[in-house]
Amino acid sequence: MARMLMKGNYAAVYGAAMAGCTAYYGYPITPASEIAESAAALFPKLGRIFLQAESEVAAINMVYGAAGSGQRVMTGSSGPGISLKSEGISYCAGAALPCVIVDIMRGGPGLGNIGPEQSDYNQVVKGGGHGNYKNIVLAPNSSQEMCDYTMLAFELADKYRTPVFVLTDGVIGQMMESVTIPEPVKELPDKSDYAVFGNPLHKNLVNSIYIDHDDLEAWNMVLYKKYQQIEENEVRFEEYMMDDAEIVVVGYGSVSRVLRTAVDDARAKGVKMGLFRPITLFPFPVNEIAAFPGRGVKHVLTVELSTGQMVDDVNLALGGVIKSDLYFRLGGNVPSADEITGKVSELYGEVK
Amino acid sequence: MKKTVLRKPKGFIDVYKHKPGAEKDRTHYCPGCGHGILHKLIAEAIEDLDIIDDTILISPVGCSVFAYYYFDTGNFQVAHGRAPAVGTAVSRANPDKVVISYQGDGDLAAIGGNNILQAANRGENIAVFFVNNAIYGMTGGQMAPTTLLEQITTTTPYGRNANTDGFPMKMCEVLSQLSAPTYVERVSLHDAPHIRRTRAAVRKALQNAKERKGFQFVEVLSTCPSGWKIDPVKSMEWVKEKMLPQFPLGVYKDVSNEAVAVERPVPIFDPAIVWEKLGISSVADVDFPRGDVPDEYRKMSIRVAGFGGQGIMVTGQALASVALEYGYNVSWLPSYGPEMRGGTANCSVNIQDGTIGAAEAVKPGLLLAMNRPSLEKFEKFIVPGGTLIYNSTLIDIKPVRNDIKVFAIPITGIADELGNTRVQSLVNIGAYAAITGMFNVDHVVELLPKLFKGKKQAIIDLNAKAVKAGYDYVKENF
Amino acid sequence: MTDAKYPRSEVDPDKCKGCGLCIAACPKKVLVFSPKLNSKGYHYAEYVGSGCVGCGNCFYNCPEPDAITVYLRNYDPEKVV
Ligand SMILES: Cc1ncc(C[n+]2csc(CCOP(=O)(O)OP(=O)(O)O)c2C)c(N)n1
Ligand code: SF4
Ligand code: SF4
Repeated sequence: MARMLMKGNYAAVYGAAMAGCTAYYGYPITPASEIAESAAALFPKLGRIFLQAESEVAAINMVYGAAGSGQRVMTGSSGPGISLKSEGISYCAGAALPCVIVDIMRGGPGLGNIGPEQSDYNQVVKGGGHGNYKNIVLAPNSSQEMCDYTMLAFELADKYRTPVFVLTDGVIGQMMESVTIPEPVKELPDKSDYAVFGNPLHKNLVNSIYIDHDDLEAWNMVLYKKYQQIEENEVRFEEYMMDDAEIVVVGYGSVSRVLRTAVDDARAKGVKMGLFRPITLFPFPVNEIAAFPGRGVKHVLTVELSTGQMVDDVNLALGGVIKSDLYFRLGGNVPSADEITGKVSELYGEVK
Repeated sequence: MKKTVLRKPKGFIDVYKHKPGAEKDRTHYCPGCGHGILHKLIAEAIEDLDIIDDTILISPVGCSVFAYYYFDTGNFQVAHGRAPAVGTAVSRANPDKVVISYQGDGDLAAIGGNNILQAANRGENIAVFFVNNAIYGMTGGQMAPTTLLEQITTTTPYGRNANTDGFPMKMCEVLSQLSAPTYVERVSLHDAPHIRRTRAAVRKALQNAKERKGFQFVEVLSTCPSGWKIDPVKSMEWVKEKMLPQFPLGVYKDVSNEAVAVERPVPIFDPAIVWEKLGISSVADVDFPRGDVPDEYRKMSIRVAGFGGQGIMVTGQALASVALEYGYNVSWLPSYGPEMRGGTANCSVNIQDGTIGAAEAVKPGLLLAMNRPSLEKFEKFIVPGGTLIYNSTLIDIKPVRNDIKVFAIPITGIADELGNTRVQSLVNIGAYAAITGMFNVDHVVELLPKLFKGKKQAIIDLNAKAVKAGYDYVKENF
Repeated sequence: MTDAKYPRSEVDPDKCKGCGLCIAACPKKVLVFSPKLNSKGYHYAEYVGSGCVGCGNCFYNCPEPDAITVYLRNYDPEKVV
C-alpha cells in the first residue's frame, strides 16, 4: 500500500527516492540521524549510493561532486552539521549545482541540545556561508510534506540549479504520521550542458572561481537575477481562517501546527484569529504579509522556536504599518496552544 | 614507448580557454615552479595511456587551483582540502572513469588531512598527486604542515620550531599504514633522473587508476621558488639538500600486482522498479469499515506514558498504525531529548478526521498511564470528561480526578499471565478498542503480521492473545 | 627536413619564462640564456644550434607545457642520460 506510517525523517528519504535522488552523503546527528539511516536502508535496494562521510564537511563536498557529476543528490543534518556545511553550500551555490539539504533543527548555540528549535533560520534562509547567494528554503510541517517537499526540492534545485533546503525542526523529523507515497518521477532532467561526465562530449567544468573582477561581477549578476526570478515564481504559503482575521499568528514548521490548534481554540471563543504559515522561507511571502493591513488585520504575532529570526522578515514585509509582536520558546520547549491564546489575549485583550 | 618528438602533450588543452586575459598559451605558474613540471608529466601520461576522454581531474585550492585551465579532461575546482571528498563522489558517480585529485601540502595535509585519510582508508578509486613544496605558495609563503624544522616562512619568521609548530608531516609514511591504499610512493623533481622516476610513478598511478585498482598516492617533492625566495635552479638544490633527508624517497606501499579492480556499481535510476523494491504496493488502500464510535472518541488526543521498556512507544505507534487503517489521520510524537535518557518515556498520539494541529497531547482526551510517576505527572492535564486508563498492576494509588472516566486495568499482570510482559502494548490496544469502540479486535489481529513484520509467528500469535485479553478484560469488568 | 637537424631542441621565446631549469639540466650545455628579452621581459633560453644529444632533459625539466620541443628520431624517455 502506498499509505505508510513514518517519521518525517524517513518521509524525506522516501520523497528523495521518488524524486530520483541517486546518492546520499551524510554524517549522523540527532535529531536527523534517521535520514541517514533510512537512506542506508533504502538506497542500496534501489542500486543507489549511500555513503556515511567522515564529517559534514566531507558530506557536502561529496554532494558537490555528485551534483557536478549530474546526479540528484542529498544530504541531511542538524544545526552544528549545517554550520560545518556552510562553506560547501556556498561552493554549490557558486558553481550553480543543484542539491537538496535537509536540516532538522535542534537547540543551540554550541552543542545546545537535541530538542526542537528553529534557530537555524538565519543561517539557512539568509545564506549562512560566504558570498552573495541564497538557498531556496521549504518548510514542511508534516510527514507528508516532508516527503512531498523533498520531492519538490529536487525539482526546484534542478530548475534553478541551486541548493534547496528542506528546513524543519525535531518535532517534524521525529513525528510519525501517515504518508501517501507519491509516484516516482518518470525521468530526470538533462544536465549534459554543465555536468562532468568524463567523456569526450561533456568535458565540462564545475567551478566557482572567477579571478577577473568583471567576470565575478557578471556571474554574481546572473545569480542575483536567478534569486529575483525565484522570488517572483516560487513563493508558497498556507492560510487558515484568514478571511476575516483581525489577529494573525505567523509561524512555520511544527509551530504552525500548534498555531492552528490555537486558532481553532480562539475561534471557538469568537476571537477572529487566523494563521499565516510561510511554506517557502526564501522566497519569503513578502507581498502576502504586506497585504495584511489592507485585509483588516490589526495585530500580528510571530511565534518561533528562536529568539526572533523570522520576525525580522515579517516586520520587513509589514513595512512598519503594523509591527509584529513576537512570542518564542527555546531550548527544546514547544509552546502549547493555550500559551498562544493566552499570549494573544494578554497582548490584544478580548478582541472582537 | 619510443617518441620522435617531445612536445606539449595532448593531455593539455590546445588553447587555455578558461584562462582569463590574453595569455591563453602559457601557464599562470611562476618561472621554475614544480607544479608545471608535474603537470607536464601527468598530461603526457594521460595522452600515452589513452585516457584523455575518460579522466576527471579535480583542482584544489592552492597555486594549482587553476590546473583546470590546462587539462583536457572533465574538470572540477573544489574547496580547500576537499578534493578527496569530492573525488569520492565523482568516482562513485562514474565508477568506470579515472579520477585524479591534484593537491598541495596545505590543501592535503593540513585543512584536508582527514579527507585524504578517509578516502585512502575507503580505498577510493582515485589517483592522488600530492605536491609537497614545504610551503603555502598561493597565499604568499606561510608555513605548511610539511615545512622543515628551522625553515623560515612568513608565519615562522624565526624558523619552524618543533616545540610550537610540530614536525614536518610525512604523508606517505602515514597513508602507507592503512590497509586499503594500493600504491604509495614519494618521488622528487629536483633533477632530471628524479623527474624520470617521477614520470614513472605518475604513469604507474594512472595505469592502476585506469585498471580501477583503488587508491593511488604519489607524493612529489617540488619547488616553490617564489615562496622560498630562492631562484629556480638553486631551489632544485634546496630540495636535494634540505628536503630529501626529511622526506626519504621510495615506494612506501605497492600491492599493484595483487590488487584486483575495485568494482562499484553504477548508480541506477529506474522508476519502474522503485515501488516494487521498496515494498510499496500499487493496490489502492482499502479502509476497514468503522464501527459505532461514540462522539467523544471520534477525535482522539492521547498521551501514553510509563517507564522506558514498558512498550510505551510501541503502544503509541500501534494505536496510530491501526487507526490509519480505518482511514483516520494520525500522528505519533515521541518525547525525545532530555527525558529519553531518564528512564521515563511518553508519546503523544492524535487520531482524527481532518488536519491534525498541535502534535503534542498537552491536554489529552485519553491518558494511558503505565506507571505511578506518569499518572502523577499527567492526570491533571486530562480534559474534563476525558478518559484515564491506568496500569493497576504497578500503580498503587488512586487517581484524584472525579470529572473523568477511569479504567483501572492490570495491564502488566495480564501480559504476565500470557507469559511475556513485553506484550503489554497489545493488551493496551485491546483495552483501547473495547473502551473507545474505535477498533475491531479482529481487524487488529489481522494487522499484526504487518505491525510485527519479520517477527516469528509465535510472537504474532502471542500478541493476538494479548489484544483479546485486553479487550475481554474491559468487556468483563466495566 | 634532413637528418642533420636531429636531434635538436627548440625554445619558443614567447612561452619561455627564463627560469633556467632547462639550461641547468642539459648535460651537453647546449642551451643558454639569450641576451635578448622576450615580450614578458625574460631572457629566454636558446639552443646554441648544435650538440644536442636528444636526452629530453630540457623538455621534462621545463615547467611550461609548450616552451620547449625536442625533435628526435629514436628516443626512449625511460632511458636516463
Ligand atoms: C577555507 C580556506 N582557508 C584558507 C584559504 C586560503 N588559502 C588558499 S591557498 C592556501 C594554501 C595553499 O597551499 P598548498 O596547498 O601548499 O598549495 P601551494 O599553493 O603551495 O601549491 C590557503 C591557506 C582558502 N582558500 N580557503
Ligand atoms: S608561488 Fe610557488 S607554488 Fe605557486 S606558482 Fe609560484 S612557484 Fe609555484
Ligand atoms: S625550462 Fe622552460 S621556461 Fe625555463 S628557461 Fe627553459 S625553456 Fe624557458
